[in-house]
Amino acid sequence: MTLSRRALLGAAACSTLLSRRLRAATGARLKIGLLLPYSGTYAALGHNITDGMKVAAAEHGGKLGGREVEWVAVDDESDPAKAPANVNKLIAGEKVDILTGPVHSGVAMAMMQIVRQENVLTIVTNAGAQAVTGTLCAPHVFRTSFSNWQVSYPCADVMLKAGHKRAVLMFWNYSFGQESMAAFKEGYSKGGGAVVKEIAVPFPNTEFQANLSEIAALKPDAVFVFFAGAGAAKFVKDYADAGLQQKVPLYGSGFLTEGVLTAQGAAAEGIKTTLHYADALDNAANKKFRESFKKATGRDADVYAVAGYDTVNTLAQALGKVKGDTGAGKELIAALEATRLDSPRGPFRFSKAHNPVQDIYLRQVKGGKEVVLGVAMKDAEDPAAGCKMGK
Amino acid sequence: MSFSLVALQLINGVEYGLLLFLVASGLTLVFGVLGVLNFAHGSFYMLGAYLAWWLSERTGNLLLAILVGLPAMALIGLLVERLAIARLYLRDHLAQVLLTYGLVLLFNELQRALWGNDVHGVATPRSLSFTIPLGEAQTWPAWRAFTALCCIAVAIAMRQVILKTRFGMRVRAGASNAEMVEALGIDVRRVFSVVFSAGTALAGLAGMLAAPLTTVYPGMGESVLILSFVVVVIGGIGSIKGAFLGAMLVGIADTFGKVLLPGFASAIVYAVMAAVLLWRPRGLLGPAFEGR
Amino acid sequence: MRRRILLLAGALALGAVAFSGDRFWLQFLGKAMIGCILAMSLDLLVGFTGLVSLAHSAFFGLAAYALAGVTNRLGLVNPLLTFPVCLLAAAAAALIIGWLSLRATGVYFIMVTLAFTQMLFYLFNDSPALGGSDGLYVAERPVDSRAAAYVAIWAALVLAYLLLARILRAPYGRVLEGIRGNEQRMRSLGYPTRRYKLVAFVIAGALAGVAGYLDATLYGFVNPAQLGWRQSGLILVTVLLGGKGTLYGPALGALLLAFIEHYGERVTEHWNALIAALIIAVVLFLPRGLAGLVEGGRRA
Repeated sequence: MTLSRRALLGAAACSTLLSRRLRAATGARLKIGLLLPYSGTYAALGHNITDGMKVAAAEHGGKLGGREVEWVAVDDESDPAKAPANVNKLIAGEKVDILTGPVHSGVAMAMMQIVRQENVLTIVTNAGAQAVTGTLCAPHVFRTSFSNWQVSYPCADVMLKAGHKRAVLMFWNYSFGQESMAAFKEGYSKGGGAVVKEIAVPFPNTEFQANLSEIAALKPDAVFVFFAGAGAAKFVKDYADAGLQQKVPLYGSGFLTEGVLTAQGAAAEGIKTTLHYADALDNAANKKFRESFKKATGRDADVYAVAGYDTVNTLAQALGKVKGDTGAGKELIAALEATRLDSPRGPFRFSKAHNPVQDIYLRQVKGGKEVVLGVAMKDAEDPAAGCKMGK
Repeated sequence: MSFSLVALQLINGVEYGLLLFLVASGLTLVFGVLGVLNFAHGSFYMLGAYLAWWLSERTGNLLLAILVGLPAMALIGLLVERLAIARLYLRDHLAQVLLTYGLVLLFNELQRALWGNDVHGVATPRSLSFTIPLGEAQTWPAWRAFTALCCIAVAIAMRQVILKTRFGMRVRAGASNAEMVEALGIDVRRVFSVVFSAGTALAGLAGMLAAPLTTVYPGMGESVLILSFVVVVIGGIGSIKGAFLGAMLVGIADTFGKVLLPGFASAIVYAVMAAVLLWRPRGLLGPAFEGR
Repeated sequence: MRRRILLLAGALALGAVAFSGDRFWLQFLGKAMIGCILAMSLDLLVGFTGLVSLAHSAFFGLAAYALAGVTNRLGLVNPLLTFPVCLLAAAAAALIIGWLSLRATGVYFIMVTLAFTQMLFYLFNDSPALGGSDGLYVAERPVDSRAAAYVAIWAALVLAYLLLARILRAPYGRVLEGIRGNEQRMRSLGYPTRRYKLVAFVIAGALAGVAGYLDATLYGFVNPAQLGWRQSGLILVTVLLGGKGTLYGPALGALLLAFIEHYGERVTEHWNALIAALIIAVVLFLPRGLAGLVEGGRRA
């Protein structure tokens, strides 16, 4: 006897659907799965995203859609090799209602593979890989953070306006860096800029001396880079040490300085970056959020915490509309798509591909602090190449 | 590439190599003399860096932090040797690899518990915060020059101690035939303890010197560990001279590889190691001590 | 006898799970059993031949990538076609890497295997054409249902065990153990020891390739993180935990590690420290691992 795979999956989906609706109806707890790094180099991000979510949950009295929240966290260690097992731990093992995460795009790719087959509502809280709301987009997948295109494309215009027509690109050679550079080049060449050289550094290598010597010899108008975390801290310091800080203006997406500004010290002075958030944003939601976050955790909020915060607020809004019924399928998705938030980052809503449509800010480091110079691109919407939804 | 660029890259390569040498020297010493494969060596590098950060925050001076941190690292090395490493002298390579691997996991958790997940910058002392111009395009921070000088000084000091002192003689003897040495009435155990302690301190020093350059972050010992193994193996286990040669080779190959063959840059170092081993299965300068 | 009963019971229990239909356990135990295959095949080298290889994960990953390659580029899906190809790829790689690595001995051998593992890792990690650090999807898996994949893995595990046990009982296996004990003596007795070691290396590598093929079948996802020294190190850990040189011990070690990794997180956030403590304790106090506990008592 052979059962078609479709039939089997259909049966499985139905049973989970039914059990979810049953659990929703009886007011059972809302299980939110967290696939995030709590150890290793990205642990700080994992903790901030989680705490951002918890701060938002507390603001709603610990209940979303009338159901009490139960957090189920799995340390993904930013290890794509363990990702499928970890995702299954949450979806099949713990049977979470909603899956959130991850940070690392390799883990996200593994997650998307599984999530697209199971019918679990998934909210990507950091990984900016284009494919998530591009070729792999799906009705039950949303992203509350950013896409790599969004945080890089606007910088091209910024640099052109400042008169930098010859640029050198330097980046970690994996998807995040590659997509950032592709987006930048798209905008830069459109505006008549010329890329003198592209320096791809193997990820996560942090020995930059050889390449910095190259840049010094090339004498470009400006340099656009992608690095993040400790690597970004080292890069900025090495850049200054090589005497380039005063000679060649440095630009990048906000990850160049996020979370590592204090570590970079004076070396970061003058760096301009584009990002969908800045600590210094002057709106009521941001002030309130930063205060609550600091009170709850003793740490300062950052762009990662905001993603967590907005994730839970989005869920609160949508689940409120469907009275907590996570099995409500189409209604829940429609509710999510209709989300409108006054986020700490500014006005927040989803595009048709379920990526945030948001303002991208131009920031500069002045006096050791990130200062907002203005909006680099209003209502930036990821082109969602390859996504067949809503088209 | 213009001549000046080549010269610049050479300086980059040598400087990188010198720091690698500092880390690798401790590893090759422990490996050669004690016969122990110490995977936790990278953790000592990390501990040194974190200590440098933590102490310089409290005292306000990195040099002072290093002066205080060095004996602290030596003490840690002593403790680890007595408690864990000493039990590995009679065991095989697998046991050594795995025990020290377990120590790595433990040290990682310790670091997280004590100092958290964030990235921290370490400020160089005022006296060494200037830059030296290298040609018209680039400058070289004084701290890097200072680090390079320290590494050279350590290399010379090690050579003197091993070749010209009584203690060095005991070290060489103990490595070549520990039982005989013990039969002659010399406490080999003490020699081993001191050597391991020194190895730990060397790794720690490297971490402390590198801290302002790399910033301090969780897991920072891993990449350094693998590279120092490569250096040790290329140079020949137990040979300080070999470690120096190997480090220079790795530093320069890596630097030029990045510029000339960017697609294969990461693999180059390993390709070099494989090539060296296939040509000279015991490393460039062979094992300095027999019987390993 | 005690051992035989334990093994039979274990195999039957694992096989029975195939009928449970539980999505989680099928996937979890499937992955654990893949770990068992890896552990046992590594034990052939570590426990019986005395070769500590860090290249094991390379063959695992290579076969997985080979599947992704033939399926995505050549459109081959049928396991009867894809399996031999991937197996051959892993075996060929093991032949080349083994031939080159075995020119070195002792710790140098370990380092050369490390070098090759890292080179392969960077080959896949740094090439966007090969998927880069994000990895690749396998467009269509050789077997579709999870239950079928589980049965395939279970069958492979049983067959691998029987094969390895057979090899080790045969004269060839005796020679391997002789080499582990004293290679020079075996050479003076006229045995071409390097050839024997190479054959063992290829067999182990091929089995690691089988595990890689099955892993890609189970998840449909391959990633460079599966290669590299960290994964190899984990396999070594399972061999140690289970007890090297016993063949079934490492399989137990793999199961144990899988369970600890799964439940350890519930116990504490610092579950890595738990694993570390376990490893250290086993090395120091339980050198014969789990198998030592099973065999019981002291053996002369």
